[in-house]
Amino acid sequence: MSDPLLSVRDFSVRYETAAPVDAVRDVSLTVHRGEVLGLAGESGCGKTTLAYGVQRLLKPPAVIPGGSVTWHDADGSDTDLLALDPDALRAFRWDKVSMVFQGAMSALNPVATVGAQLADVFEVHRPAMSRSARTAAVGELLEIVKVGAARSRSYPHELSGGMRQRIMIAMALALRPQLVVMDEPTTALDVLVQREILREITRLREAFGFSVVFITHDLPLLLEISDRIAIMRAGRIVEIDTAANIWFRPRHDYTRTLLSSFPRLTAERKVAR
Amino acid sequence: MTTLSSPGPAETDVVADGTTATRATPARARVPWRFIGRRVAFYLFTLWAAVTINFFVPRMMKGDAVDNYLARNRGISPEAADALRALLGLDSDRTLWQQYVDYLGMLARGDLGVAITHGLQPVGQVIAGALPWTVGLIGLATVFSFLIGTVGGALVGWRRGSRLDALIPVTTFLSTVPYFWIGLMAIAVFSVALGWFPIGKAYGIGTAPGLTLEFVGQVIRHGTLPLATIVVASLGGWVLGMRNMMLTVLDEDYVTVAQAKGMPNRRVLWRYAARNAVLPQIQSFALSIGFIVGGAIIVEQVFSYPGVGKMLLDATNAKDYALMQGGFLVIVLAVLIANILADVAYAFLDPRTRQSEA
Repeated sequence: MSDPLLSVRDFSVRYETAAPVDAVRDVSLTVHRGEVLGLAGESGCGKTTLAYGVQRLLKPPAVIPGGSVTWHDADGSDTDLLALDPDALRAFRWDKVSMVFQGAMSALNPVATVGAQLADVFEVHRPAMSRSARTAAVGELLEIVKVGAARSRSYPHELSGGMRQRIMIAMALALRPQLVVMDEPTTALDVLVQREILREITRLREAFGFSVVFITHDLPLLLEISDRIAIMRAGRIVEIDTAANIWFRPRHDYTRTLLSSFPRLTAERKVAR
Repeated sequence: MTTLSSPGPAETDVVADGTTATRATPARARVPWRFIGRRVAFYLFTLWAAVTINFFVPRMMKGDAVDNYLARNRGISPEAADALRALLGLDSDRTLWQQYVDYLGMLARGDLGVAITHGLQPVGQVIAGALPWTVGLIGLATVFSFLIGTVGGALVGWRRGSRLDALIPVTTFLSTVPYFWIGLMAIAVFSVALGWFPIGKAYGIGTAPGLTLEFVGQVIRHGTLPLATIVVASLGGWVLGMRNMMLTVLDEDYVTVAQAKGMPNRRVLWRYAARNAVLPQIQSFALSIGFIVGGAIIVEQVFSYPGVGKMLLDATNAKDYALMQGGFLVIVLAVLIANILADVAYAFLDPRTRQSEA
């Protein structure tokens, strides 16, 4: 593995409700440049809270009682994400790390055209861009994800789930980020469209070279696409290893339980990568 | 051995090419004729129903305008009274059905009859004199209240849990207090005790109506207090409605997406959250137009404001059918036009309703 991109040390998130919930406990994790890191675990184990928390996207009552998150930029500088002031954090978001969200159906603003929602990324992060340059960039993004530039004037309700998720991917790629966090990007889609979206992500990753943190409860899917996999349970990472080791030599009991809970067509099966 | 592969012509490889369209041709702008037709039919039916009710209800009241007129003006011969009845269409030898047909015919010609309480002036003229005052005062007050309340509600909802939340019980309390009481208190404090504003009327006695600086100043001075009264009394509903919608919308994924995209707070607040939360407010706004005139009757009475509300109340007391019918017709038309405008505004603001046939 090459140099680190994002280091998370002893990171915790607590929901300060009447009975405080420790959603993420002392998680340490490193995302390397260029890799696909899978994050697997059952529903409610803290996967999404971890991903949101690292980018400080959580709202009260969530608090981050401890830990550090360090971003190692491509230009060699290091940034402590938990210490950024609000303006610097806004400038950091999407430019360095972008996200593809769980609900393709609800992630787009229903009253604005998809073109406008793609364009406002440029308006905010690249204020020097001219209107025509923005329009061209939006059209190009829509072509890249094979939706077609003509769709930029469509409203979200006029598009299918697969198309909306493609648009979310286009949005995530808009500023050529170094890391894309994908939070169950295919969960709400049928298997055929899932496959199509995954192909798309793989293809785009080859073209643009960004790293991916892929969050899902679908372990077999992760085995296929990830370089390394982290298994999460009750807010902790119980095991982190290469996809091959997770499949052939799981060390933690929970990993074995998780693996055995998926139906298999054949007794033997190869890991795709 | 037979193959079990799927039949049919050579299909595209969906995994490689995608099941979603890769190209789209811009379509012609579609005009939803069916939708428009249904709305027009709906509004025409409503108009007819309102006009019909408007005709029958005053005729179910006891006594008529001429009895009232005779009670106030002595020395009118029975012949003159009968002539008056004939003029007003009140002569009893015509059946109710014939009167109804006559009434519809007159309406179609734009003839609303004459107002017996205004020296037999045409009703249209009397209404034309009163309408600008009501539209100016109540209309402006409603728009102000809607704008202030919606913007305020958006801010209160955005800053949930902050000190701004204290505004909610205050505005809600003010909207439970009747208009007339707030109006009377406002007069007692600001006009009588402090003398900042004149008591009642739309402009000072002795000022000639016209587009002069003096007259306009008078109108503003006289209108401020009633306007403020209505705004204060009706603000609560707008603030509460918008705040609650904001709380719902702020939990939507697209708001989180906007924040993850690094959008500044103002952009998230207005373009993502408030832009969606305002949609139900628009519908409430259309509905509230109907209540404007109901509220106008009380406010105009308290402030002796020469608008449609006061005119209507005076006409009802004097059983001036023609004027009442004219007044109600104006209200019905106002509500219908407001609804049409709200329909258009909603279609403009919410792209999802543009194609729907509901």
